[in-house]
Amino acid sequence: MQRFIAEVLLPLFPTKSVGPLGLEALDDGAVLSLPEGHLVVTTDSHVVKPLVFPGGDIGKLAACGTLNDLAVMGARPLAVTLGLVVEEGFPIDELKRHLVSFSSVLEKFGVALVAGDTKVMGNGELDGLILSTAGVGIAEKFVPDAGLEPGDRIIVTGTVGDHGMAVLAAREGLPVEGGIESDVAPIWPLVEKALAMGGVKAMKDPTRGGLAAALNEMARKAGVGIFVREHEIPVRLEVKGIAELIGISPLALACEGRAVIGVSPDKAHAILEAIREDPLGHKARIIGEAVEEYPGKVILETEVGGRRYLEMPLGDPVPRIC
Amino acid sequence: MKKESNLFRLRDPARAEQLARALLRLAPSKSVKIVHVCGTHEAAIAEYGLRSLLPEGVKVYEGPGCPVCVTSTVDINLAVMLALEEEVVLCTFGDMLRVPGTELTLEEARAQGADIRVVLSAADAVRIARESPEKEVVFFAVGFETTAPGTAAVLLETPPENFSVLCSHKLIPPALEALLSENTEVDGFLAPGHVSTIIGSDAYRDLVEQFRVPVVVGGFEPLDILYALALILRQLRAGRAAVENAYPRAVRPGGNIRAKELMERAFQVVDAAWRGIGVIPASGLGIRDELARFDARNRFGIEAEAGEEEPPGCRCPEVIMAKAVPTDCPLFGTACTPLSPVGPCMVGVEGACSIWYRYGERPRL
Repeated sequence: MQRFIAEVLLPLFPTKSVGPLGLEALDDGAVLSLPEGHLVVTTDSHVVKPLVFPGGDIGKLAACGTLNDLAVMGARPLAVTLGLVVEEGFPIDELKRHLVSFSSVLEKFGVALVAGDTKVMGNGELDGLILSTAGVGIAEKFVPDAGLEPGDRIIVTGTVGDHGMAVLAAREGLPVEGGIESDVAPIWPLVEKALAMGGVKAMKDPTRGGLAAALNEMARKAGVGIFVREHEIPVRLEVKGIAELIGISPLALACEGRAVIGVSPDKAHAILEAIREDPLGHKARIIGEAVEEYPGKVILETEVGGRRYLEMPLGDPVPRIC
Repeated sequence: MKKESNLFRLRDPARAEQLARALLRLAPSKSVKIVHVCGTHEAAIAEYGLRSLLPEGVKVYEGPGCPVCVTSTVDINLAVMLALEEEVVLCTFGDMLRVPGTELTLEEARAQGADIRVVLSAADAVRIARESPEKEVVFFAVGFETTAPGTAAVLLETPPENFSVLCSHKLIPPALEALLSENTEVDGFLAPGHVSTIIGSDAYRDLVEQFRVPVVVGGFEPLDILYALALILRQLRAGRAAVENAYPRAVRPGGNIRAKELMERAFQVVDAAWRGIGVIPASGLGIRDELARFDARNRFGIEAEAGEEEPPGCRCPEVIMAKAVPTDCPLFGTACTPLSPVGPCMVGVEGACSIWYRYGERPRL
């Protein structure tokens, strides 16, 4: 194990500290020196089947998932920790590839891996690999889920459901012409552009339960209604078609590189333009607005102009995807 | 873009708006109750929020359109008893597992050790019978005229001797008749597209003559449904009652001759108990005497009692009789949800309560 850490793991992570004591010390904990602002902490365990899917792998997913949770709090990512749980007999080369994916996302932003842990469990006691992370970041002004007020516009930063469908299609071997790639990506640069305009009031990453879950949570926590128009919600035609074929809603499928952002009406267009300048934000749209009526509920104007509640998805349409 | 417009042309918002305006023009001044009997219709109506596009007084109800919901407790109890027999493998469709019987659901019987397998068709059950010759494989057959031909086909293709069918298939036209006899407020029927591909639009002629009520066969895209509803309103406005086919791309007047023949050869029409309604004469399918050796009721010689159909407070019977919508029930969404259903309409994925819950449907939004 010591050899694995020294020879395999440590060289993969060039940035190992944000203060006097980091990963390279292999101490019992890391010591961080932090800049001004609110300290934001998040934690997540990442499981996905299959471990490699079109557009990413569990390493990239774990890194993006952690940084994106910080980003939608309004926090610039600083450091992460990684708990690695590996099934006995898991090929080292494959493990290394996932760790390289993890590391390369961190390096893009100079985020340090400051602490880690590795455990091996018996064959069959888990399915390959679990990556458990914590992340810390600094927010000048943090952005809660609950900040919406009536009149605020709702922006979604790109097509929804790509990740959930990519994983599902890979898992089930669905023959998809052209393929569907996961949207997994770090969204901090995009979020930073939006924050710079001022007027961002609420933000979530629509992971488990997709857009439907994110909107419902935002409505409930703020005690407002949210009205959204289905024809404004960007969904890839392939995702829409396959979702319909197998009877699930793309609005309930996870995204791993998108944000749902509630913004002041007077800033909405400026923020939308700023987001569209980011490579991940070309397809951003204003999909609706917060309203006084129906507090805690999401009202969907359907593609034919009818209305219904968009409910919190029941259970997971696709388990083990993030 | 062209590809998309073709694929989704039956969801065109401009056409939907035209149809909504037509419905408004055609709507009579008094309120109108239209009943359909199909979970797929209800799911499309809910998913596209079509109720909100209808004129104020036009109400659409799902009647006895969920085959799982109308399966009587007698049949569920029988299935549970059979499944608990040592040598029996019981095969059925997935959403039958959680429907409450008198004491147990099939899912609970499975937890007690019963060998119950979820299948997608009668043919799957036959395959299991071939693979396990030492077992008695019973297919618990539910569904309307859409699934019955599949069961008929395997019965007629000399299945293995260890295969039998617990037949609970039901027929749609007699259910419509029972509904009209009992619920006189029904002004028109949106007839089910899938069932009608089998039985044909002519199958509703007797009903229309007897009860003078419009019956329009409809497809499942939002424009299909709005169009069919418009035809019903047009008939009502003109004081007419006729069978019309608003789904001609799938439904023919005579239906599917081959499927009807298969049903004719394998089944005889019998009286059947419908959950929430009671016994409807000549509304079910039993296995013909020539094939009696494949009839699980014969083979195992067992009978079951009917039990209490609904727990206190559950309004499923009224939902099935098109006298209530799911949100009229005090249990809806509180004590009764798809994750912990109380009544059959919340269990079956085609049940009105389950659909309303999942799609956030309300009488008017």
